[in-house]
Amino acid sequence: MTTAIGDRPLVRVDRVSKHFGEGETRVDALRDVSLAVYPRQLIALLGPSGSGKTTLLNIIGCILSPSSGSMEIDGELVARDGHWLRGDLRRLRLEKIGFIFQSHNLLPFLNATDNVAIALQLAGVDSASARKRAVDLLDYLEVGHRKDAMPAHLSGGEGQRVAIARALANRPSIILADEPTAALDSKRAQIVMDLLRKLAIEQDAAIIAVTHDEKIFDRFDYLFQLRDGKLDGEPQAGAAAAAHA
Amino acid sequence: MNLAYRDIRHNRGRFLLTCVGLGLLLGVVMAMIGIYRGLVVDALTIARAPAVDLWVVEANTRGPFAEASRIPGDIREAVARISGVAAAGSITYQTVEAQHRSAKLRLYVIGYEPTRPGGPPEISQGRGIARSHYEAVADRTAGLDIGDRIELGRSTFTVVGLTQHQVNSGGDPAIYITLPDAQKLQFDLAPAALRIQQARGAGAASRDSVNAVVARLQPNASADAVADTIWRWKHLSAITQEAQEAILSRSLVDRARRQIGLFTSLLLIVSAVIIALIIYTMTMEKIKQIATLKLIGSSDRTIIGMIVQQALALGLIGFAIGVALILGIKDYFPRRVVLEPDNVAILGLIVFAVCLLSSGLGVRAALKVDPATAIGG
Repeated sequence: MTTAIGDRPLVRVDRVSKHFGEGETRVDALRDVSLAVYPRQLIALLGPSGSGKTTLLNIIGCILSPSSGSMEIDGELVARDGHWLRGDLRRLRLEKIGFIFQSHNLLPFLNATDNVAIALQLAGVDSASARKRAVDLLDYLEVGHRKDAMPAHLSGGEGQRVAIARALANRPSIILADEPTAALDSKRAQIVMDLLRKLAIEQDAAIIAVTHDEKIFDRFDYLFQLRDGKLDGEPQAGAAAAAHA
Repeated sequence: MNLAYRDIRHNRGRFLLTCVGLGLLLGVVMAMIGIYRGLVVDALTIARAPAVDLWVVEANTRGPFAEASRIPGDIREAVARISGVAAAGSITYQTVEAQHRSAKLRLYVIGYEPTRPGGPPEISQGRGIARSHYEAVADRTAGLDIGDRIELGRSTFTVVGLTQHQVNSGGDPAIYITLPDAQKLQFDLAPAALRIQQARGAGAASRDSVNAVVARLQPNASADAVADTIWRWKHLSAITQEAQEAILSRSLVDRARRQIGLFTSLLLIVSAVIIALIIYTMTMEKIKQIATLKLIGSSDRTIIGMIVQQALALGLIGFAIGVALILGIKDYFPRRVVLEPDNVAILGLIVFAVCLLSSGLGVRAALKVDPATAIGG
């Protein structure tokens, strides 16, 4: 895999496995998966249902512990031999990782601004500063005119942009996206992908997305194919990688 | 930012409706507590009305409320002369049914001597009995007004005064008349029965009987010492006011009191279960939101705070609605509903504790939520 964008990977997964259950009920969700993702890279995790994409995304997001193998986040070894090495994973997620969901998962009782501001306030930013940065981010993502709207009144594209703003609120270096364009039409899907590309470049972030959406495959630098919990061959370079190079 | 408040504000219609439902339930609990207290208070009202220290009744009875008692009327003079007795009065009690404005009225007739202990504690409207015959002071719950005329036995009485909350243990309103009128009502035979009695040569029975003699003691006199003196007269019993109240509350209304007490306890348990279910359901409906909050870095404390604050808000608003409801309708109950501030405060504390415990169930469920739930799998 050719990755000369940054010296140090933001995410390094080394021979990570994950199984659920034991004995006859044991299911191997991931088997010896290794990959590295560098700043300003967009990579896609592809594969059929049950291939382990979401399990891998959960492990990188420090939500699920690996059964074996090790993982580094931004140069810090956070998991080894099935154990977390860092106690405060909540803080790690808050500072380093942003999440974008398939259906935007905005809190229905907060307006667009507060949905973004809450991520900042949870990190200890005071209310006024949090709201100001939230409005700036919404403006940056061209959804500032909807800053007072409740999630139920936002269109799919607007909701997803607010969710992206929330993911970016604490300036994370890694953004994990679960089917970020599944709820969008192709035109809006392209806009969101352009936006993610722009963010990756401007903020030196790495973006890892699980997707089935073939229309956006060309927007990634690398496509990792998973099958039965294993990486299926070498990652394919996406069209974006060529353009980027 | 207060997530509990924002969530409530977002779903305020539904939340308020839930509060109203809980308020109705708590209103029923408070009504039952009020009925329970009212039963006890009603039972004691008539016994407390004369404001006396001693009840002299027929020997070997626990009269005049728990058992029938009949003693000669002249006992009053004997009791009044006992050392330590400040005043004594004869008294009769009788339940009668009377016709008033085409409706049957069940009344608790109390006969007393207007210048002696035994009369109504206070007149809320009109005046006390001033004539020796055919005047009455009735309780408001009887539905009688000043100037109304009512037939009791073969005599017609004019209502000259009204009292408040003077009912017997069965809830029948009291009507006070003079002792001679009450004796006539209770002990006089109907003309036909009297003629038969005379034909048998039995002669007319003495009318000068009463159900009890009540005595008010001098400030430094011992009720037990006076009672001991009376006990020496073998044909009488003496019951202190304290013992009379104990008879009324532990004996006369005991079964009804325990029945309502048990029902109230069951209602409280049902309310606790319903509160717990409401709070648990409210939490379970927010599982995805809780997972999202956890995923974006929310601490357990923030999530616990949200659930506990909502549970307490639900309890507080529901309780306030319940109190307002019962205060608004308690006077429409056919029997007295007595809500003491301490009863309301204790129920408030119970609701607070139940909400806290119930939110524990929700908190437990919320803490178990896997942040990965927010991510589709």
